[in-house]
Amino acid sequence: MPDLKQRGIAVYDWFERRLGLGAPVIEAAEHEVPSNTSSWWYVFGSAATVILILQVMTGVLLALVYAPTGTNAWNSLQFLDHNVTLGWFLRAMHGWGSDFMVAIVLIHMAQVFIFGAYKFPRELTWIIGVFLLLMTLGMAFTGQVLRFDQDAYWGLGIGASILSRVPLIGGALVDLMLGGPIIAGPTLSRFFALHVFVIPGILLSLVGLHVWMVLRLGINDWPMPGRLVRKSTYVREYHELTEKTGIPFVPDAAWKDAIFAAAVMLAVIACALWFGPFGPTGQPDPTIIQTVPKPDFAFLWIYAVLAYLPPSIETPVMFIAPVLGIGALLLLPLLSGEGEKHWSRRPVAVLMIAVIAVSLGAFTRLGMYTPWSPIMNAWTSDPIPTAYLHDRTPLERAGAIVLQNKQCRNCHSIGGAGGLRGPALDAIASRMTEDQMIRQVLQGGGNMPAYGNALSPSETNALVHFLKTLRGNDLSPAIDASRKMALSSESQTAPTGGH
Amino acid sequence: MIPSEQIPSSDQATPTTEAAANQKSVGHSRRVFLFKLSLLLNGAVGAVLAVPIVGYLLGPAVKKGSKDDSWINLGPLSDFPEGETRLVNYRNPVTTPWDGQTGDIPCWVRRVSGSTFQVFAINCAHLGCPVRWFAQSELFLCPCHGGAYYANGARASGPPERGLFEYDHKIDGGSLMISAGRMPTLANQARVEAPLIQLEVSGSAARLAGVEQPKPRCSSCQT
Repeated sequence: MPDLKQRGIAVYDWFERRLGLGAPVIEAAEHEVPSNTSSWWYVFGSAATVILILQVMTGVLLALVYAPTGTNAWNSLQFLDHNVTLGWFLRAMHGWGSDFMVAIVLIHMAQVFIFGAYKFPRELTWIIGVFLLLMTLGMAFTGQVLRFDQDAYWGLGIGASILSRVPLIGGALVDLMLGGPIIAGPTLSRFFALHVFVIPGILLSLVGLHVWMVLRLGINDWPMPGRLVRKSTYVREYHELTEKTGIPFVPDAAWKDAIFAAAVMLAVIACALWFGPFGPTGQPDPTIIQTVPKPDFAFLWIYAVLAYLPPSIETPVMFIAPVLGIGALLLLPLLSGEGEKHWSRRPVAVLMIAVIAVSLGAFTRLGMYTPWSPIMNAWTSDPIPTAYLHDRTPLERAGAIVLQNKQCRNCHSIGGAGGLRGPALDAIASRMTEDQMIRQVLQGGGNMPAYGNALSPSETNALVHFLKTLRGNDLSPAIDASRKMALSSESQTAPTGGH
Repeated sequence: MIPSEQIPSSDQATPTTEAAANQKSVGHSRRVFLFKLSLLLNGAVGAVLAVPIVGYLLGPAVKKGSKDDSWINLGPLSDFPEGETRLVNYRNPVTTPWDGQTGDIPCWVRRVSGSTFQVFAINCAHLGCPVRWFAQSELFLCPCHGGAYYANGARASGPPERGLFEYDHKIDGGSLMISAGRMPTLANQARVEAPLIQLEVSGSAARLAGVEQPKPRCSSCQT
């Protein structure tokens, strides 16, 4: 046994003599870090790196089978799912790994922000981190395109439509993105090149720089209220702290990273096993228009924002907001590179994180059930509750049929079923008078199209008579106060006018 | 490093090493010059190489000169009943052999009457999702963000800032032809704003058309 150990050491020495990498790597791993950095809050960066490695490995494995051509990409995914042993599992790992990576990168970023770790001397580490976030999102988007299904096809359409709004060069940008006049084979080829060569190349080199700077500058010490960062003293203070409380990163601090990384990997594996791979949804055939395209999880909030922006400011917001947002992230460490790090003395920072997190969460939630989208088959699939037809006149029932046939339910719900784009109609008569309903139906307004052309006068009459019966739990009907006044003033003037 | 190759270290300052240092510095400025020259040469090679690379990359955008649009036959007029709007698929005139299904493009053909047609792109004017025609309510609805258009393609509601994109069309030998080939986007489709007010309509329809909502072109339905 000792003989074997000596053999091993000899082999190591043989390589070390030639490579010379072992000593510096061990030195880097064992370098001293302030003991207060050994925290469960400091594990997200290493976890993101571990998932990146998982993504590279599963990505290479998928590329062994995937056919990056317009004709065959979708088929090759089906082949992976159903014909290749454990192909579905590899796809699931890669897909869930992508979602986890985006999530952990965002958490890592929020943690670094809250802990003031972007301040001197780690400004450039943060700036490179911003680009790493953009690259991660770029990987998520291009990866979604490679899953060349209906969502990918129409997602490309959305991307092209956004680019087409760039002033002057919009058309050229669309051509560059699509690689041809339409979304087709060449489009997929260039997104394949981006996803497999270009972005990973940039991503891996930036990760190298990022980690190098963390080693060179030291891990951010745990913030203390009142311990301010000053460019003149920080480095000395950090070294004093390290000397006083230093512990070797490996193993004294790294065991937490390792355990968290393992937990994240187990979570990815569990999700992959439990939920399986993403899609592919329908084939990328634009002639199949019975589809409800949706982006992947990371982009649902953008999808929601695009639904709510008023048309008049949509284009400016699309291009100015990202520039401002990314610009602010890049400038942040340069503008506030010194001062307080602790969250308890940076209320604006905490508030910003809270507002951004709540906004992203709210828009993502909205993107999950898209209340702004008409439900295309509600008019044929959701019947009118029988309670709403009970004791109604034939005219009112005819109105219910009009409501159904004219696809009103695609946007309006009745009895809890139907679209959410317009208001629910269950108590409409308690809010609108007959005249108001007629006007709204014929002329539209707000978010509602005008139905003047699609309804005959008798259909309108029947529809409004039905709507007048919808008063929720027997609420009192809406009344036109001005008409009442006009009537009462008429009745007052009538006797004096007398015949 | 093999010991025999080792140069005497500098701490043993002897006349011989000084002479060697002199000898080294003699050639130094020449070598620096040659190195700078080599940098210049490589810069020039890089610039020459950049021309084809940039040209290759920008190829799809520069090709503007050769128009991608061409006339496509959508079928005989008898395929399109008057007053109806139908989905028609065509093969894009510019494709590659590996486009597969993506080369088939749908469009909405509306035969208003006789030889009066409107051919709408499938792509919503908002963000390009496929709009669906609902004959009963006479609306095009978009599944993505809820854009709605009237039968004549005019914007009805939702996020689109304009009506549906329309293809140029003509009738040739009893067939409907459209000029298509590119994905329609805001960048390549001229802005066609529907007139807000139809002056020739009368009665209640004129009153309706006067309010802010752009009305479909129709004068007979509001009696």
